[in-house]
Amino acid sequence: MKSMDINLNDLLRRYRAHPFEDYRVEIPHTGVVTFKVSEGQQVHGPEGQWLHRPGTLLCLLDRERNVKHITAPCSGEVAQIRSDLDGLFVEAGLEVLSIRYRLGKEQIIDRILTEVLHLLPAPQRARYFFAPEIASKLEKRPQGEVTLQQGDEALVMSLMKRDTPVYYDAVPGVIFKVYFRPGGIVEQGAPLLGVCPPEKLQYVQKIIQRIKTEWEE
Amino acid sequence: MADSGKRLVQLADRIAYLIDVKGSCEWANLKDLLEKARGLRESVFDMTEDALRFEIERIEERVSFLEERVAEKLTPAETVNIVRSVQRFTLSDILENVYDSYTELGGDGDCNVDPAVVVARATVTRRVKRRTYSHQVMVIGHEKGRGEEFRNGGCAKPWGNDKALRYMKVAETEGIPIHFFIFTPGSFPIEDFPGAAQQIARNLYSMAVLRVPTVSFISEGGSGGAEAIGLSDFRLMASRGYYSVISPEGAAAIEGKIREGQKVPRELVEHCATQLHITARDNLSLGTVDRVVNEPPLGARREDYAFFRRLRYEMIRATDEVVLRTKSFRAVRAYALKRQSQEAKGVPEDFDALISWTLDDLEIERLLELRAKKYRVMGKGFYTENRSRLLRPLGGARNLARKIYYEVRYGLLRPHKRNVQKVIEEVSSEGSVFFRKVTGPVKAAYDFMFPQPEGEVKPARAEVQDRKSIFVEEWETYVSPLANEDRIVTCPNAARYGCLDLWVPDLYGEFCGVCSTCGHHFPLEYRWYLEYLADKGSVREFNAHVASGNPLKFEGFDARLRRDRARTGRRSGIITFDARVQGIRVVVAMLFGDFRNGTVGAAEGEKFVRACDRARTTRRPLLSYVHTTGGIRIHEGTLGVVQMPKCTLAVREYVDSGGLYIVVYDNNSYAGPVASFLGCSPYQFAIRSSRIGFAGPRVIRETTGEDVPPDYHSAKNALRRGHIQGIWDRRDFRKNLHDALITMGGPHLYYK
Repeated sequence: MKSMDINLNDLLRRYRAHPFEDYRVEIPHTGVVTFKVSEGQQVHGPEGQWLHRPGTLLCLLDRERNVKHITAPCSGEVAQIRSDLDGLFVEAGLEVLSIRYRLGKEQIIDRILTEVLHLLPAPQRARYFFAPEIASKLEKRPQGEVTLQQGDEALVMSLMKRDTPVYYDAVPGVIFKVYFRPGGIVEQGAPLLGVCPPEKLQYVQKIIQRIKTEWEE
Repeated sequence: MADSGKRLVQLADRIAYLIDVKGSCEWANLKDLLEKARGLRESVFDMTEDALRFEIERIEERVSFLEERVAEKLTPAETVNIVRSVQRFTLSDILENVYDSYTELGGDGDCNVDPAVVVARATVTRRVKRRTYSHQVMVIGHEKGRGEEFRNGGCAKPWGNDKALRYMKVAETEGIPIHFFIFTPGSFPIEDFPGAAQQIARNLYSMAVLRVPTVSFISEGGSGGAEAIGLSDFRLMASRGYYSVISPEGAAAIEGKIREGQKVPRELVEHCATQLHITARDNLSLGTVDRVVNEPPLGARREDYAFFRRLRYEMIRATDEVVLRTKSFRAVRAYALKRQSQEAKGVPEDFDALISWTLDDLEIERLLELRAKKYRVMGKGFYTENRSRLLRPLGGARNLARKIYYEVRYGLLRPHKRNVQKVIEEVSSEGSVFFRKVTGPVKAAYDFMFPQPEGEVKPARAEVQDRKSIFVEEWETYVSPLANEDRIVTCPNAARYGCLDLWVPDLYGEFCGVCSTCGHHFPLEYRWYLEYLADKGSVREFNAHVASGNPLKFEGFDARLRRDRARTGRRSGIITFDARVQGIRVVVAMLFGDFRNGTVGAAEGEKFVRACDRARTTRRPLLSYVHTTGGIRIHEGTLGVVQMPKCTLAVREYVDSGGLYIVVYDNNSYAGPVASFLGCSPYQFAIRSSRIGFAGPRVIRETTGEDVPPDYHSAKNALRRGHIQGIWDRRDFRKNLHDALITMGGPHLYYK
């Protein structure tokens, strides 16, 4: 248990030391780039109830007299900017600037959970549903009490009108987090379930508790 | 002392009212005066009676002096303030004081479909030779409420207007007159079913032929909201009311290009209020109202019982006049003359005669005729006709000749032809049955011996027309000038659907302005449609000489008109023309955005009405293609607003005569036209990627305080709400229109 505490402290210390993440802005296609922001400038992401008001204008990309506005996808501070490319022709996919944004409580929890839990990734881009047995168990009992054993049929993958069972083959544990909406399309490799071994359950809950109480936004 | 207290309360109210009217408490130290009156009220018992009376009289004198000064130079902006004052009378005061008894229908306070619209069955009495007679009426109006939030300040929601329409029909069934009371700054701009614009259009369409006398009284007439219950046989207006195409603040925001959230300068609001000609006197001179009901110099308030007496008299007189006009000319004249002699002495106690408000069938027909005529002349003379004097009689003669020709062709010969056809069809079908019985066995034996390949089935007449089309080859010759640019553009849906960038010559040439990935329609100029929609060389424009003007002498508008005329080479925002669509002759009215953003004023309304007449005379389908319309032209004030009932009446006459009326929206279609002569069509379609609605997102945000999703006005959502019947691809416009004409028009393309 002590080692777990140390791990937890390390994790928190790591995030406290650098509670930021960088969003890398890449150029979608070739063209002449003209920057409209400078390093250190605060920018804001899309706003409004439907995110219909675009974020801060970062740069203009001109190809064949078609001027495209590249706007900030998230709020934060312009961390790095390739000012040397200003007014030059650039290739598609080139990273021209990055926006540094501060992580929130939920984002920290999500990131820590991805490190602590066993994740079941989506084998293909498809629609996913819970297996009937698991679905009925989840209906009766709250999340965190339904256990998965190795070889259990956990999910049903629905692709091209064919339903294929998805079996759980990692360490046994309880379903701690569901990352998908049943019936929704999930990209290949995206996490579907986060499973926590029973002995780690208390530890994970402690992590969440500590972040919720100690983390300042 | 108690009396002094009451006087002080009244004084405070008068000062507060003056502050409302001036829009500020800084004028003539009104704030100090108000504080003084309130302070005196608190110290009533600390002062001697004489000292108190002396102080009260001093303040009263001062207030009276200030009231006179305000009344002397009342500006249009101050008139707006009077109307918006909380002390102004509302519909509930009218129901209490003008009518003898009433029962509210379909609602009670906030427990209501829409508390902003009040409907009541009421009784109004008149005294004739010391005897009292009562009349039943239906009262429909807006209730601004006394600070009650749920009334929305008299802004009717679509279902409120629907309620009004429902009870109009009840009154029609019962044959009782309707009194409309308009107290609205505008309609509540939401698109939820039945939709603000569509419901107003439905109301206007129904009111056009309401078979009972209708009288409306305007205190606050805010554009389309007012028209929803404003189409009537007699329009009265309060002398301190306003009737306008847009609120002065809204006009100022447009004129001053004020950005959302910024404050509109007061001077600009005052300037716009003056320019819009919104007062009762202005409207009377423009002919948009019939009579003005006099109020006290600073407007009537809730306890103004003398005013309510006058209003009752005016409502009864107006209803009498409407009824008498349907009877005989002489009687009306005599009645009107008597009115003049009595009016000078004030509101008479007794009426001269008892006039029954029940009409027989002939009188109802006359009532509807008069109503149509009344609106037909509204706005006449406020546009120019650029045609030489010599040509004018020629045009008239041509119209007459056309009318006679089509009347003979369709009115006289067509019914005979149809009757003869019907008889022949019946005889031949019956004969064929008999004949078949005799020849059947012989034919069967012959077919058995010599089997024949199955022949083609002879199509119906409409289908024959369809097969004539060679349209694809025709329009390919026209290429949009937008294609003459060597650059690429990005589809607005690129982020969602991953659309590829489009090379402009391809987009506006081969692709007809349609994104090849997602099908988004980029706007195209109206000429493209002129070339594409009609058969080659079939477009014949008419009434091109009718030109928009600046009837209100709106400052700076002449220059804008000149600029648009020079830019487009046209004289108004509408083009009316005869055309053929795959062989079918149609009359088309096309509102286009290049000229004043397709807004509708007196000239546009007149041209539209004439197009309806032409379609009716020639028995052809009428198509309204809306390339773009920004609503009613604010620079023409209420002359623009009255185009809503005027054009709707023309449409109603056309449809009732058996015409097929189709509306197709493109790009942006908003406000007044959609809420009247466009929205009333039973067949409305939209070109893909177009937007249709009542008010734009900014107006919605400012009025309702709530944001709307970016696709709120999209054609898809309009279809979902049931406002339109289908969405057409631009490239299939011609084919779809032809199909619609054949499907909805039937073989004759005209019902009767």
